[in-house]
Amino acid sequence: MNSTDFILAASESVNPLLPNPWEILVTGVGFAVLLFIVIKVIAPKFEQSYEDRVTAIEGGLEKAEAAQKEAEETLALYKAQLLEARTEANRIREEARSEGAQILADLKTKATDEAARITEQSHRQIEAERVSALASLRTDVGALATELASKVVDEALQDDARAQRVVDKFLTDLEAQQNAGASN
Amino acid sequence: MFAFALPMASEEGGFVPPSVSDTHLPDIFPWMAEYGTGFGKQMLMIVLSIVLITWFFTAAIKNPKLVPGKMQYIAETGYAFVRNGIGRDIIGEKNFRPWIPLLFATFFFVLLNNLFGAIPFLQLPSFSHAGSAYAMAIIIYGTWIAVGLKNHGIRYFKLAVVPSGVPGWIMPLMVPLEIISNFIVRPLTHSLRLMATMLAGHMIVMLAASGARHLIVVQDSLAMNGLGVLVIIGSVAMYFLELLIMCLQAFVFALLTAIYLQGAIEADAH
Repeated sequence: MNSTDFILAASESVNPLLPNPWEILVTGVGFAVLLFIVIKVIAPKFEQSYEDRVTAIEGGLEKAEAAQKEAEETLALYKAQLLEARTEANRIREEARSEGAQILADLKTKATDEAARITEQSHRQIEAERVSALASLRTDVGALATELASKVVDEALQDDARAQRVVDKFLTDLEAQQNAGASN
Repeated sequence: MFAFALPMASEEGGFVPPSVSDTHLPDIFPWMAEYGTGFGKQMLMIVLSIVLITWFFTAAIKNPKLVPGKMQYIAETGYAFVRNGIGRDIIGEKNFRPWIPLLFATFFFVLLNNLFGAIPFLQLPSFSHAGSAYAMAIIIYGTWIAVGLKNHGIRYFKLAVVPSGVPGWIMPLMVPLEIISNFIVRPLTHSLRLMATMLAGHMIVMLAASGARHLIVVQDSLAMNGLGVLVIIGSVAMYFLELLIMCLQAFVFALLTAIYLQGAIEADAH
């Protein structure tokens, strides 16, 4: 192409700087309409959506923070309770131990007492039995001796009172003899 | 696809490059106006962009979820980009909230209308027509002046044109310069920057398309036809460059809007 053609064509054509009044009118009115819609509908909705999102995110964060705090508080509480429970358990164990020792000591004392009591009782019983055995033995031995003596001496010693006396004397002698033997 | 928007260049004789007139398609309702000045495709696209932006962003946020779906995520990312990336960063944490809707509407209105230039069959960035760019610049211009007057009263004009900390003897030079730069040049650069980049991009696409068509269809030489294919390949690269510029210009337009508003709100701060 040659440049003169272009210049010629350009000079023939409309000056591009001269506006078409219709364009000014349509653009101006159109932009006013668009601006009105944006002010009334679009911008508020976008701002609202933005606000909602900010609120939601901040609310979520706050909620999470609150939950975190609560969890921490609960944990601290549990820890304190656990410590308390441990102390309590220790105390109870200590108490039980001392109580056990006490009980053991008591039982030992009681057993010792009981044993002593039983021993004493046994001694006493044995003594009583011995005494009664001695009495019964004395009677039996007296009777047997009397019988034997009566058989030996025949009728001479029929009288009971005399016989008793003889027996008693004999036994006393015997006892004295025994005691002397024991002391030797 | 390019041919859809192309004028019928003369098939005989030399190549006639497309001109600015070709960005004005035949009017749909051509009353009250000469050719190229009635209600045409460009204006339909403006209306279409408003419908699309409204539909997309209301549908995306209809049932807002805490964990957004794909559509809501895209919409929210776009919204947050304008809200935080342009509004909060430029105007500041304290004052930016009332200006979110204006910045949002400006950015996506310009962005979508620019991207129309990259969509087959639409294939026309609305802001390559000066009228639309002027309209947007006038709206922003009026807004920031109103904001300055509301915040600082009539003193605002003094604050805006008399720089502080400058020796008195230089004032006769500085004040006229500030007046020209702030109140005359600013809205012009604001609108023409957008319009010119879009128009240039559109012209490149048209030129590449009609050039390629001419080389392939009209020229008989095989070498020329091959050259036409190369032009098409090159135009694909240009297409992606245009895509980048479309997004960039929408961002720049919204960014400048925020900067002007910030200047008007805090005129006494510097």
